Amino acid sequence: MSTNAHDAYYIPHKAVWPIIGTAGLGTMLAGFANYLNGSAAGSTFMIAGLMIFISMLVGWFTLQANESESGMYNHGVGISYRMGMMWFIFSEIMFFAVFFGTLWYTRNLSMDWLGGIGDGPGRSTHDALWANYEAKWPTNGPGKVGGKEGEFESMGAFGLPFVNTLLLLSSGVTCTWAHHGLLAKNRDQLIKGLMATVSLGFLFVACQAIEYHEAYSEMGLTLGTGIYGSTFFMLTGFHGLHVCIGAIILSVVLFRSWKGHFTPENHFAFEAAAWYWHFVDVVWLGLFIFVYLM
Amino acid sequence: MSAVVAEHDHHDEHHDHGPAKGLVRWLITTNHKDIGTLYLLFALAMFFVGGLMALVIRAELFEPGMQFVNPTFFNSMTTMHALVMVFGAVMPAFVGLANWQIPLMIGAPDMALPRLNNMSFWMLVAGVLLLASTLFMEGGAPACGWTFYPPLVLRDCGHALPFAVFSVHMLGVSSIMGAINIIATILNMRAPKMTLMKMPLFVWTWLITAFLLIAIMPVFAGAVTMLLTDKFFATSFFDAAGGGDPVLYQHIFWFFGHPEVYVMILPTFGVASTIIPVFARKPLFGYSSMVYATASIAFLSFIVWAHHMFTVGMPIAGELYFMYATMLIAIPTGVKVFNWTATMWKGAMTFETPMLFSICFVVLFTMGGLTGLMMSVAPTDFQYHDTYFIVAHFHYTLVPASVFILMAAGYFWLPKWTGNMYDERLARFHFWMSAISVNILFFPQHFLGLAGMPRRIPDYAVQFADWNMVSSIGAFIFGFSQLIFLYIVIKTINGGTGEKVTDEVWEDASKHSLEWTLPSPVPYHTWATPPEEVPSEHF
Ligand code: HEM
Ligand SMILES: [Cu+2]
Repeated sequence: MSTNAHDAYYIPHKAVWPIIGTAGLGTMLAGFANYLNGSAAGSTFMIAGLMIFISMLVGWFTLQANESESGMYNHGVGISYRMGMMWFIFSEIMFFAVFFGTLWYTRNLSMDWLGGIGDGPGRSTHDALWANYEAKWPTNGPGKVGGKEGEFESMGAFGLPFVNTLLLLSSGVTCTWAHHGLLAKNRDQLIKGLMATVSLGFLFVACQAIEYHEAYSEMGLTLGTGIYGSTFFMLTGFHGLHVCIGAIILSVVLFRSWKGHFTPENHFAFEAAAWYWHFVDVVWLGLFIFVYLM
Repeated sequence: MSAVVAEHDHHDEHHDHGPAKGLVRWLITTNHKDIGTLYLLFALAMFFVGGLMALVIRAELFEPGMQFVNPTFFNSMTTMHALVMVFGAVMPAFVGLANWQIPLMIGAPDMALPRLNNMSFWMLVAGVLLLASTLFMEGGAPACGWTFYPPLVLRDCGHALPFAVFSVHMLGVSSIMGAINIIATILNMRAPKMTLMKMPLFVWTWLITAFLLIAIMPVFAGAVTMLLTDKFFATSFFDAAGGGDPVLYQHIFWFFGHPEVYVMILPTFGVASTIIPVFARKPLFGYSSMVYATASIAFLSFIVWAHHMFTVGMPIAGELYFMYATMLIAIPTGVKVFNWTATMWKGAMTFETPMLFSICFVVLFTMGGLTGLMMSVAPTDFQYHDTYFIVAHFHYTLVPASVFILMAAGYFWLPKWTGNMYDERLARFHFWMSAISVNILFFPQHFLGLAGMPRRIPDYAVQFADWNMVSSIGAFIFGFSQLIFLYIVIKTINGGTGEKVTDEVWEDASKHSLEWTLPSPVPYHTWATPPEEVPSEHF
C-alpha cells in the first residue's frame, strides 16, 4: 500500500550507469545494423558496444546489491522493485505472444487460404499463383523454400524436446526448494537448490544446441526452411536465449547467496530471478505443446 | 531505521542534494523534474524537426506536378514526419508531463525508480538518433510509410531498414521502462490519503496509458524483428512462397498501432480533464464515469485493430466484427465529451490561453472522432481508405487534440514550474493563429479525400489543385505560428513578463490538485514528507 512507503524512500542521486548502458546498447545496435549492411567495421562496433553494455550490467547490479546489503532499501522500495519486475515479465509475455500468434495465424488461417480451402478472399492467392499447392503442416510453403532441395524433416516431440521438458520442470522444483531454504534460513539448501537449478538450465541449453545441430546438419531444417523453420527457430531460439539469460541471473544470485547475501525478509533479487525462471518455464510448456506436439 | 536512511533525511532538511554542476547534470540526473524538462525540451525540438518535414510535404503538394523533391524523398518525408512526431514529439512530451506532474500531484518525493527514469530518456534519444541517421545514408531514410508494410519495406528500404528496426527496439525499451516507472510510482508512492478514486484524472489516464504501452511496445518490437529476419536471415514470415502471409504483418502492426493512437490521446484527455475544471471553477463533472470511460477505451482499443485493414481482403465475418467493435468506441468517447461540456455548463468561466486551447480541443477532437466513426463503417471505408480523408481524420485527432493540449499544458504549468508568468496577449495571439490555420490546413483535406486523392503520392490530378493550395497555405501559417510558442516558452523560462506568480497561479487551483499548494517555482525536491490532506473532487 501507499502508506508510509516513503517516510524513508531511498532516492538515488547522480546515476552514471544508465547513460553508459545506453551508449553501449546504441553502439552495439548501430554496429549490428552496419554489419547487416555489409560494412566491415560493423562487427567491431557491435562487440565494443556489447562490452560496454556488459560492464554496465556488472557495475549497476553490483551497486544495487551493495545498496541492498547496506540496508538502504525499505519496504516501499522493495514494492517498487517487485512491481517493476512483474511488469517487465508482462512485457516479455507480450513479446512471446507475437510469435505464438504468428504460429496460430499461419496454421489456422493463411495455410488454408494458400491451400485453397474455404472461399475467403485470401483464396485468390491459391487460385492465381499456386493452384497445385496442398496445405499441410509442417510446410515450407508452395515455393518449397529452404530445406535439402526443398525437403525437410520436422522436429518430433519425444526425443530431446521431451527430455528438455523434464529438465526445465525439475529446475522449477529445485528453484522453489532453494526458496524454501532461504526462508528457513537454511543456507546450505539455498545454495544446493540454486546450483541444481543453474545446472539444469545450462543442461537444457546444451540439449537444445544438440537439437539445433541435428536439424541443420541432418534434417534440412533451418531458419530459412519456409514458415515451419521460421516459426520453429524464432520461438525456440528466443526461448533459448531467455533460458541463458535466466540461468546467468540465477548464477549471480547463487554467487550472492554464497557470499552470504539475502535474508528471509530481504531478497528481492532472488525473487525476481525465480519469477523470471518460472516465466521461462511456462513459455517452454507452451512451446512443447504448440510447436512440438501439435 | 538504519543510519543511511537517517542521513538521507538529514540531507533533505538542508536541501543539499542539489543538481550536479554543468552539462553533466543532465546526463546523470535522477530528479523527476530534470528528467521531465529533458523530455519536454527534446519533444519541442522534435516537434520542429517533424514540422519542417511536414512543410517539405506541403511545399511539394502546393501545386500539381513535381516541384522540389523526388518521389522517394517525398515518401521518406511522410514516413519520417510520422515517426518523428509520434515517437519523438507527442509521446515524449506526455512522458515529460508525467515526470513533472505525477509526483507533484500524488504527493511523492520522486518517481519510484529514478535511475531507470534517466535511462528511459537517454534510450529515447539514442533511438531517435538511430532513426535520424538514416537520412544521411545511401538509399535515404525509410520511404515505406510509418507502418513498414512488407513486402514493400523489404524491397525498397535500402540501408535504412536495420537502423529503423533497431530504433524501434530502443524506443520500445525506453517506453516500457518509462511506463513501468509510472505504474510503480502511481501504485506505490501516493500520499496516504490519496485513494485511487481521488487521483487527478491526469494520473489516472497515465496509469492506463502505461499499461497500454507495456502491452503493445513488445508487439511492435516483435513485428519489426520478423521484418529484419525476413530481410537478412531468410525467414518467410511475410512471404507467401514460404508459407507466410504479408497480411499477418498488418494484423500484428495494428494490434500495436491502434492502442498506440490511444497512447497519444488518453493523456490528452487527462490534461483536458485537469484544465477545464480549473477555468470553469467547478469540479470535474462525472469523475468516476471519466475513469471508467478511459478504462473502456483502453480495453476496446485492443479488439478493433483491423479497422485499418478493411480493404486487404478479410473474411466477411471479420469485416463485420471489426466494424461494430470500432463503433463501440464512440460510446465512452462520447461520455468524455459530454462530461467536459457539462463541466463548463453554468461554470464561472474565464478564457485564459490554456482554457482556449482546451475548448478548441473539445470541439475539434469531436470532429476527428466523427470522421473516425464514418471510416469505421466498412463499406464506406473502401472509399475513404488511403485517401486524404483519413489524413484529415487522424490529424484532427492529433494536432488540434494532442498537440493543442500539450500547448495548453505548457501554458498551464510553466508558471508553476518556473515561477514566471507567460505573456497572455501573445499567447492568445498564438492560440488564434493556430486554431484558425489548423483548420485551413486540415479541413480541405476532407474534401480532397472524399474526391479520391490518395495519400503518400507527391503528385496529383489537376482537379485537386485548389484545395491543396489552400491546405499548404494553412500549413505554412500553422508552422510559423509555432515560432510564437517557442518564443513565449523561452521568454517565460527566462523571467517571463516579470510578474511573479502566486503559489496557486490560477484562482482556486489548489482546490483541484496538490501541485498548486507547493511554492512557485517548485523547489528541486518536493514532498519529502507526503501531504496530510489531499483535495477531493467534490468541493
Ligand atoms: C472515435 C474514435 C475513432 C474511430 C472510430 C477511429 C477510426 C479509424 C479508422 C476506421 C481508421 C482507418 C481508416 C483507413 O485506413 O481507411 C483510422 C485511422 C487512423 N486513426 Fe482513428 N479513429 C478514432 C479515433 C482516433 C484517435 C483518438 C486517434 C489518435 C489520437 C486516431 C488516429 C488514427 C490514425 C493515426 C489513423 C491512421 C493510421 C494510418 O493508416 O497511418 N484515431 N481511425
Ligand atoms: Cu485505429
